[in-house]
Amino acid sequence: MASRTILKESQIMKIHYITGIAAIFVVALHIMMRLVVPFEQSLEYDYIIANYKNIIYVLILESILVLISVHGFNGIRIILLELRQSRAWENMVTVVTISAMIGLIAYGTRTIILANGL
Amino acid sequence: MNNTTIDNKNERRITLKVYRENRGQDSGSHHDTFEVPYKKWTTVLDALLYVKSYMDPSVAIRYSCRMASCGSCGMKINGVPKLACYTKISELETSTVECEPLPNFPIIRDLVTDFSRFFNHHKSMQPYIQTNDSTEADNSKGTFSFYQSPEDVDKYLQFSYCIKCGLCYSACPTVGTDLNFPGPQALAQQYRYFADTRDESKKRLDIVDDRHGIWRCHFAGSCSKVCPKGVDPALGIQLLRSYMLGISKNDKIPAKKIEINDDNNNNGKI
Repeated sequence: MASRTILKESQIMKIHYITGIAAIFVVALHIMMRLVVPFEQSLEYDYIIANYKNIIYVLILESILVLISVHGFNGIRIILLELRQSRAWENMVTVVTISAMIGLIAYGTRTIILANGL
Repeated sequence: MNNTTIDNKNERRITLKVYRENRGQDSGSHHDTFEVPYKKWTTVLDALLYVKSYMDPSVAIRYSCRMASCGSCGMKINGVPKLACYTKISELETSTVECEPLPNFPIIRDLVTDFSRFFNHHKSMQPYIQTNDSTEADNSKGTFSFYQSPEDVDKYLQFSYCIKCGLCYSACPTVGTDLNFPGPQALAQQYRYFADTRDESKKRLDIVDDRHGIWRCHFAGSCSKVCPKGVDPALGIQLLRSYMLGISKNDKIPAKKIEINDDNNNNGKI
């Protein structure tokens, strides 16, 4: 029954649960930081760019990006694994979801770095 | 004479709607309807056997003990997986009783389903006590028993009441989409042996730690709801998960081995 994988399913699920719980706290912190100013002001271009210059805000954004990408793409992997059962499908789903996760994190990180002006 | 009168007075009739399909013939599926007399103690299995005896002998059903011990007569009764021998018509409180084969099982004929996949999942859990000590199997070294406290037994007792009727497996939404998922019965049995202090296997958790293993349970809880023996497979799955996540520590103390002497005076003494 057990298949050879880099990580055991229990290890993957530990990461899944930890990223999910951590994401709740980080997103809550992010929302609270935005509530410091009126909602419309928080959406203004200058305010957003100014936020990207704030290193704490940047770290929170990067955390949200990584946590939600890992948690979300693993969730999609789990759903897709239940749709069909074959070794080729399972490997394809795993490769595609990990690639998409890495791609999204890389693109999001690039955006944060560019906006920060590093 | 008096008894007959009373019986006739108590007799009511129910419409029994029975699913019909023969895997050997490509005639498709349909429902046949039968008007069956029943009394307050008549079970669905009694009604089906009445149909077989007096109306249509070709109706296929599987049954054996008629007392909810063998787990043979599982079927979907009015949309819910139940044991036909354990379900009284009078308690259903409907004018029509619909009998269909168990979902998530391949149909062989009418209400009879194929349990091969279900039993294979059960076997894959290695549902037996495994010890590292070979002396137990060696007859020349005497007979041994294992001491377990009532607390040790309580940890797995309810899971050992499983009769493998397949109702939990048929109610599981994950099994409906993922046939490689072992199902609540097999996973609960894995916990039953994992929690047993006589078992020394170190590989039990690895068996279910798979892409289609224990983590695919969505905790719908329907398995526990339909179990006719009061087993709570969802609890077993969650307990096993807590060990795998490290939330619960496996502080199992191996059961003490006690030699049983042939001498009647010492028999069973610790």
